[in-house]
Amino acid sequence: MAAVSLLSTHALSRNYGGLQAVKNVSLDISQGEVRALIGPNGAGKTTLVSMLCGRIPATSGQVVFEGRDVTTLPAHRRIALGMAYTFQITSVFAELSVSENVELAVQRHIAERQKITAQVDRTLERVGLGRMADRTAGDLAYGHQRLLEIAMGLGQTPKLLILDEPTQGLSDSEIEDFVALIRSVSEKSTVLLIEHNINVVMALADKITVLNFGEIIAEGTPGEIRANEAVQTAYLGG
Amino acid sequence: MSRAVGLHLGVIAALLALQFVLPAYHHGVLARVMVMAVFAMGYNVMFGYTGLLSLGHAMFFAAGMYGMGLAMKQWDVPLVPAFLLGIAAAFLLALVVGVLALRTAGVAFMIVTLMFSQSLFLAILHFGAITRGDEGFALARSLRQVAGLDLAAPATRYFAAWGLFSVVLLGTLALVRSRRGRVLVAIRENEERTRMLGYDVWRHKLMAVVVSGTICGAAGAAYGVLFGYVGASFSQVPYSIFPLLWVLLGGAGTVIGPFVGTLFMFYLIDLSSGLTDAYMLVVGVALVLLTLFLPRGLMGSLRDRGMKWLP
Repeated sequence: MAAVSLLSTHALSRNYGGLQAVKNVSLDISQGEVRALIGPNGAGKTTLVSMLCGRIPATSGQVVFEGRDVTTLPAHRRIALGMAYTFQITSVFAELSVSENVELAVQRHIAERQKITAQVDRTLERVGLGRMADRTAGDLAYGHQRLLEIAMGLGQTPKLLILDEPTQGLSDSEIEDFVALIRSVSEKSTVLLIEHNINVVMALADKITVLNFGEIIAEGTPGEIRANEAVQTAYLGG
Repeated sequence: MSRAVGLHLGVIAALLALQFVLPAYHHGVLARVMVMAVFAMGYNVMFGYTGLLSLGHAMFFAAGMYGMGLAMKQWDVPLVPAFLLGIAAAFLLALVVGVLALRTAGVAFMIVTLMFSQSLFLAILHFGAITRGDEGFALARSLRQVAGLDLAAPATRYFAAWGLFSVVLLGTLALVRSRRGRVLVAIRENEERTRMLGYDVWRHKLMAVVVSGTICGAAGAAYGVLFGYVGASFSQVPYSIFPLLWVLLGGAGTVIGPFVGTLFMFYLIDLSSGLTDAYMLVVGVALVLLTLFLPRGLMGSLRDRGMKWLP
């Protein structure tokens, strides 16, 4: 069965002055897959996903989502089409309660009050924040704020969930829960995961794209990537 | 009925009841406070809920006032349509200023709104032949009649101010509890996150500016009708600062706060000016103390201290 493409890029580039942060990246993510994007610090991972979801404009190239060219669409329009983005640096509504945070993610696409509440409760249960619904988001422990960030992603019931270093700063046990959570998410959504923790990547990814100096240097299954020499050189230096 | 709705209906009922018991002087003060509280509530939609700090809201107040006043004085429009014209003028001004000023943010936004407001003030002076410039003009008592009611009479004036106040209080309450209202709060708290939840931040901000400006215009038009005077001083900088002060005092981002702040400030000035000629010093010290010890304003502090349900 041929995989259906959900998101693809064609020769996507981004320049900052003379520096090319992302160079001619062509990606193709299929519906239902978990794709990991890895690479050393400064490889251009965040710049690349920011262009996917419209936070920064591309210098050149094209982004296609569900067969539609979204390159010139502003971020909120792309999100409304079914992308969700969770921030690398936790970005919740600190003054609002946990449930209000998720409500904002949910209420955009659901009209009835009761259904919103039900969806909020379900989402919070799913990430394990059910007991904390009434707490003020800014008062939560860091790990819980990360989970809330993910809940806000899930609350949108996105077609594509983009997670920017979701496990950064989490403890080992929290990471285990996270891996289980993303496994269950990936049954319904496509996931693009930027991740430094290689164990998480190996456990979750169907396919891995490796970025270095703004270019794709390798792409393949976890097994292929593990054996890839260019990847090892990029990571170990050489 | 929730506690929040109950509280606001209670305030409205109390103000209606006060009409019958207050001595003449306080009766007059309260009518004025209610109109100015409408001005502050309008300001609060933008500042308190959306996090947009404008330094030019006098222009919306003046647009409503002059829109109404000129229509009556120059073109003999009857009171009710003139009042609506005043509101329409503020609505249009808010739309235009919003579209232009929202291209900026932060300090630049403050400067741009201040600049637009000063431009309106200068325009009022420039077209002195129509607006009577600095002096302004009075609206004769004979003009301020509607359906046999004399809006210049204390009782009807109070009742009219109360009516407008009630509509705007319940209206802003409904707004901030609505889905759109929650998005405004989200923008105030974290604009980038709101955008990345799929909301069109710019459109929501524009809506806030237009709603805010229109409410402030209604306050300006009502003030002109009820107190019979249309003047350029209402378009000057102090009238852009007053609503900010009232809102800060009462509690930015609370529905009832603007009224509490306006009431507090009126009586603070009233009482201290009875004591000393240097009453602005008293007012200044009181404001400094409040900012130091209750930085979230009176109602904001109550909300922090247990009344979490306060909208």
